[in-house]
Amino acid sequence: MPPTPEPPAAVRLENVRRAFRSGKRMITALEGITASAAQGAVTGLIGPDGAGKTTLMRLVAGLLRADAGQIEVLGTDVGREPLAVQARLGYMPQHFGLYEDLTVEENLNLYADLQGVPRSARQERYAQLLHMTGLGPFTARMAGRLSGGMKQKLGLACTLVQPPELLLLDEPTVGVDPVSRRELWEIIGHLTREAHVTVLFSTAYLDEAERCDAVLLIHDGRLLGSGPPGAFTAEMSGRSFYATSGLGRRRLQARLAAAPGVIDAVIQGSHVRVVTAEAHVPDPAALVAEATDLALTPTPPRFEDSFVARLRTRPLPPQSAAVRTPEASASESQRAQSHSGNGVSPEPVIIVHHLTRRFGAFIAVNDVTFSVGRGEIFGLLGANGAGKSTTFRMLCGLLPPSEGELRVSGFDLRTAAATARSRIGYMAQKFSLYSDLSVRQNLRFFSSAYRLEGARQSARIDWAIGEFDLAPMLESSARDLPLGFKQRLALACALMHEPNILFLDEPTSGVDPLARREFWQRINALAESGVTVLVTTHFMEETEYCDRLVIMAQGRVLTEGTPEAIKGAAHRPDRPDPTMEDAFIAVIEAASAKAVA
Amino acid sequence: MKSASLLRLTGLMRKEFVQIGRDPSALAVAFILPAVLLMIFGYGVSLDARNVPLALVVEQPDALTASFTGQFAHSPYFRPRYYLTIQAAERAMAAREVNGVVWLRSDFSRRTLFPGAAPIGLIVNGVDANNARIVEGYVQQVWAQWLTARLGARPYLPAIALEPRVRFNPAVISKDYLIPGLIAMIMTLTGALLTALVIAREWERGTMEALMVTRVQMREILLAKLIPYFVLGMGGMAVAVGLAVFLFGVPLHGSLLVLTATSTLFMLAALGMGLLISGIARNQFVAGQIAIITTFLPAFILSGFVFDINSMPRAVQLLTHIVAARYFVSILQSVFLAGDIWSVILPNAVALAAMAVIFLGLARANARKRLD
Repeated sequence: MPPTPEPPAAVRLENVRRAFRSGKRMITALEGITASAAQGAVTGLIGPDGAGKTTLMRLVAGLLRADAGQIEVLGTDVGREPLAVQARLGYMPQHFGLYEDLTVEENLNLYADLQGVPRSARQERYAQLLHMTGLGPFTARMAGRLSGGMKQKLGLACTLVQPPELLLLDEPTVGVDPVSRRELWEIIGHLTREAHVTVLFSTAYLDEAERCDAVLLIHDGRLLGSGPPGAFTAEMSGRSFYATSGLGRRRLQARLAAAPGVIDAVIQGSHVRVVTAEAHVPDPAALVAEATDLALTPTPPRFEDSFVARLRTRPLPPQSAAVRTPEASASESQRAQSHSGNGVSPEPVIIVHHLTRRFGAFIAVNDVTFSVGRGEIFGLLGANGAGKSTTFRMLCGLLPPSEGELRVSGFDLRTAAATARSRIGYMAQKFSLYSDLSVRQNLRFFSSAYRLEGARQSARIDWAIGEFDLAPMLESSARDLPLGFKQRLALACALMHEPNILFLDEPTSGVDPLARREFWQRINALAESGVTVLVTTHFMEETEYCDRLVIMAQGRVLTEGTPEAIKGAAHRPDRPDPTMEDAFIAVIEAASAKAVA
Repeated sequence: MKSASLLRLTGLMRKEFVQIGRDPSALAVAFILPAVLLMIFGYGVSLDARNVPLALVVEQPDALTASFTGQFAHSPYFRPRYYLTIQAAERAMAAREVNGVVWLRSDFSRRTLFPGAAPIGLIVNGVDANNARIVEGYVQQVWAQWLTARLGARPYLPAIALEPRVRFNPAVISKDYLIPGLIAMIMTLTGALLTALVIAREWERGTMEALMVTRVQMREILLAKLIPYFVLGMGGMAVAVGLAVFLFGVPLHGSLLVLTATSTLFMLAALGMGLLISGIARNQFVAGQIAIITTFLPAFILSGFVFDINSMPRAVQLLTHIVAARYFVSILQSVFLAGDIWSVILPNAVALAAMAVIFLGLARANARKRLD
């Protein structure tokens, strides 16, 4: 054995390339990836949906073969000897790979059999795993009846029955509540410290980068950067600020996003968070002419800033070069009518009053009350299974409530569901487009589904093509569109009939930060023009764009308020600047403490 | 190494049996589907004509015509209806009230006593060609029997009389040869469906991906699917044979041993086909569709169970050789109706064994431990 001068890498990728055939086209999933993951460390594989994270995971696990390049896992060429590698690693695919019709214990038994854990060693190992995951009381429960967080932990336990040298976790935190997410990170910390397991962890949540020892940032199949998360934020130091002005945050955000020297401007609470191209404090007076009272306060950089900076400096592919502010479409007069966007107009457009929905003995939505004013962006935040979707379906008139009152645009949904529905535009999660139809055919179909015809239909289709920059890919089938483009098309389809209420179901989870910014810019412009927007999400960042939100868990509303107020309530001396996730956890902990008392 | 492999295999099989126990759909496909199909087809499909409504037109009734029409009244095959004119009878046939018309002209009695042209007229409804031919045959038989009985040893009868003798199914009950064929067809469907759905389900739910990154080998995954569903499929086969013998009263002349051995070969071929489909489709809906189209339909049309293979065009006859059910239909008909006829069973069994090897081999070759 030759001596190794550097700390050995558990995973080494050298110029890896992988493409897939989709119909007649070849899609390059990964290109020229050269990276490594150090032994005993947690390496985060971070990037938006469709970046190539899962492909990379599968390559490392030996489930796919690279078209070109070398992949060495634990010192073995995985392309040549996948079985030798697979005997030494644990892999948790998306959706955890559990048998939902087997109990917790039966799942563990199966994986113990498969990994060759001797029967004599099992009881002790199970006890450790059940203790670590907190699943001890549930061994006889079917895996399908566990909550999302518990499934995630059981999936992890199954991959750990035989302690692996390398643990591959493919998006384990998607759709899982923040409490479980935090617990998962504690388990991972424990594994690397005590058992010296190497972990490769993929995620679309950029805020998880800071928990990793090292980060591989990938986008569109290419490596945008690698290194410790501190190095990513260090290069952004001195470039991020909170901007405040009396102009109103949405208008301020739109002006700042277009200002020279600014590479990023997002709404954060009542401020706008600005990132500059260079590390010096810009002159506030020169940034936005209208905002004479503009004040800038420095704030520490985030991982996301460096992602945005890398995306901005990269040569842009042609179709996203056309990103422009859509506010030109919302006419000045319309905007003058509405308030700055922060205020709630007097008469509410959506009224939900003591709403309850039962499925047999199960209460999916429990005594929920809120109201949303015209031109307001209102969020429903909660983990999977919190009752968001059920509430949404009742608001769309797709599901009758068991109890309570529901009014949309003044119509009672019990008696006038169809009328109320004609005022609503709905953009479903995963966009629900017809993937075999072209962009133009999708527009035509959805516009006729909303009963548009003749000249008006053509006018609306032309409007959508111009407004959402759909012209470059008009004849491509929806299947082949990039994610951000799909999102634009889905929004265009939801707006064909000019609804005055827009429902968005997790609209930007997993899309890259630029596409997300662009999307919210459009939504902001719509809200400014008086459209009422209701968003459901489990994605903390999306709530920052809301005027007000409710946090839901187990069918109940736990708290309601502006993002500022909700975060402010979680303020503690040791946590001076709480994030929405901190606030969410604090609210859930407070609720369970109350339930115990 | 050996024991680790055995541990994996038994672990996977235990999992499979637990899932079968909890999921009634697999049990339904294995046991209830064959039973229900056999009952529906067994009772519904029959190539025998029984209680056929038949019009009798007697233009000039007398003792001789009464004696002849009496034959129809007492026959279990016909339900006679009487008409006075041929026009009325033809109207009844056009209205589908009767399937055939027997026409005794006014000169029937006179001409029956002399040789020459046939004195009865028979009109059958050719819309249903199969039924028409059966009616035609039966009427001719009734006519011949009546003539023989009535006119005995009259010298002007034809010198050579045709005396049909049917071997192996002396009662010529179509049910007795249809039901063994039906069993072959139903087991083709259930055998392929059982495995086609279960592996596709593992792909769909993402559990296959998790399995693949363990030490497990593909042959262990396939065996762990094959063995439990083989047990299930043979159970379904036993149910079908039991129903055939005890409910439908189909005789079983051959030995149970030969039946079991050949069923094993057939079941392996059918399950192998299901495994192959499952590995290609990776989606339960598509797998189910492919299983029905590639197994059930060819088994129905090309196995020789309803349509005689020898009367098919040459090219189609060649095509029947890749339908496993073809061989099994021959074996089952022989085992049920004739006994262990080795000259029939052996070549068909060899063909089934070859198909089992081919399908299982293809399924194994197609199941690589990779996603691409």
